Amino acid sequence: MVNTKVNLCGIEIDNPIIPASGTFGFGYEFATVYDINMLGTFSFKGTTKDPRFGNPTPRIAEAPSGMLNSVGLQNPGVEKVISEELPRLKACFKKLVMANVSGFAVEDYAYTCEKLNHEEQIGWFEVNVSCPNVHGGGLAFGTDLKNVAAVTKAVKKVTNKPVIIKLSPNVTDITEIAKSCEAEGADGVSLINTLLGMRINLKNRKPILANTMGGLSGPAVFPVALRMIYQVYNAVKIPIVGMGGVSTAEDVIEMMLAGATAVQVGAANLVDPFACKKIIEDLPQVMEKYRINSLTEIIGGAHNG
Amino acid sequence: MMKQGIYEILFNFELAPNIFKMVLKGDTSAILSPGQFVNIKIDGLYLRRPISVCDYDKETLTLIYKVVGVGTEKMSKMVAGEKLDLLVGLGNGFNAENDCKKPLVIGGGVGIPPLYGLCKELIKFGKKPTVILGFNTESEMFYEEVFKLLGIDVYVTTVDGSYGIKGYVTDAIKDLEYDYFYTCGPEPMFRAIENTVTTSGQYSFEERMGCGFGACMGCSCKTKYGNKRICKDGPVLEREEIVW
Repeated sequence: MVNTKVNLCGIEIDNPIIPASGTFGFGYEFATVYDINMLGTFSFKGTTKDPRFGNPTPRIAEAPSGMLNSVGLQNPGVEKVISEELPRLKACFKKLVMANVSGFAVEDYAYTCEKLNHEEQIGWFEVNVSCPNVHGGGLAFGTDLKNVAAVTKAVKKVTNKPVIIKLSPNVTDITEIAKSCEAEGADGVSLINTLLGMRINLKNRKPILANTMGGLSGPAVFPVALRMIYQVYNAVKIPIVGMGGVSTAEDVIEMMLAGATAVQVGAANLVDPFACKKIIEDLPQVMEKYRINSLTEIIGGAHNG
Repeated sequence: MMKQGIYEILFNFELAPNIFKMVLKGDTSAILSPGQFVNIKIDGLYLRRPISVCDYDKETLTLIYKVVGVGTEKMSKMVAGEKLDLLVGLGNGFNAENDCKKPLVIGGGVGIPPLYGLCKELIKFGKKPTVILGFNTESEMFYEEVFKLLGIDVYVTTVDGSYGIKGYVTDAIKDLEYDYFYTCGPEPMFRAIENTVTTSGQYSFEERMGCGFGACMGCSCKTKYGNKRICKDGPVLEREEIVW
């Protein structure tokens, strides 16, 4: 019997599979499809201080081996997340959940995390400083070292729960940003958020996305994500939550070998609602195939020797 | 509730230029109402392609689709015996079970297919729908005869006057008596209908989707009762809630 358990920032989870924020809502849509309690945990829809509709549509486009989105953090705002979404989630998910939080200023992040901090079902905060769709010209807040440091510091002040900072790949050197998070007390980092991209409609010669640019995700980004996780593993000691184009149990193992402690699955959920269920069910036999007894043992395994 | 399954193509042929009819065999138990759609996995493409269900019985479902891009182009080249991975039973379809007695059913171009299933359902509930089908020109027409076989009145409009009433669907609406309406078609047609109709009704919308089942928020719209997802809370919305 193989051991799929991992310890994520002091909390043990049954397996390292975590649906990524923005691809899993607040869980209950998927709970009608399969028992979501089989998940390690999941990261809920990015929540902001105020309600947001997001960007104009169209905000989805096809890409080679992937997709673009420019949703722009649509969410009902932290008050309604607490009063409406979390009670619905609690009815179908019995484990600790990861609270994904976003904002536009340091104070927003602190405000939203402080509000959510009282929710017992929240095990971790995942602080998104990297949405490419909400600032002018697709410039993420988190591409500036000083912003990331300030947000990390501010959020750590308002909660004792583990704080994981979600990083943008749209930077020159992601290891510098990760080191800055670690220095300000972050308990972990998650990477990568989507890569900035675009598509043009040949018929009308205009960008397909109403917001012009959007974030690229799906298998197309997997090697880029893997490389960045590998680099960040060398740069920091805090745990890494890896993500970017993961679709199979083999991808999960590869990402853990690069240095991820847990792995998020994003776009795959949108084309196959059973994606995470299949990965979790496949994991034990893929572990056996590669003679892995315990997933914990392989974290960063590609760095040895 | 949504189901995933593998469906075998029984037929796939061109009904009118660039308009194809595909009949698939498989489990249709997830389909609850006309106007719902399926989301199709197509080899070589990442995102599934949403297509509304035209008609269905216990073990087959019919799709009528227009070739508009790479996905539908690939679909049009598929032949009987090939298999497709579908998510079935998606979306909030038309509600045919209401108080109306003489509903008007208005379709424009490739918006027409789901209205066939709707008419069958309306007839099942003892109503006698009147149908208006709008096309640009005679050569693009399809399904007039199929609707007529249901034993209901069918009016056809063509923009160039090559068949039926010359003009738009709204030119046919004016002379008809109705106490409710259902429509599916392009948005400019919706706006014209909105300025013409005098009763309540239901519109079926279209939008680029990510997942098709309410997870990604890719296809949201604003309504009088808050944000809704075209794929999950729609594609059918009530006239009273729509923000134009």
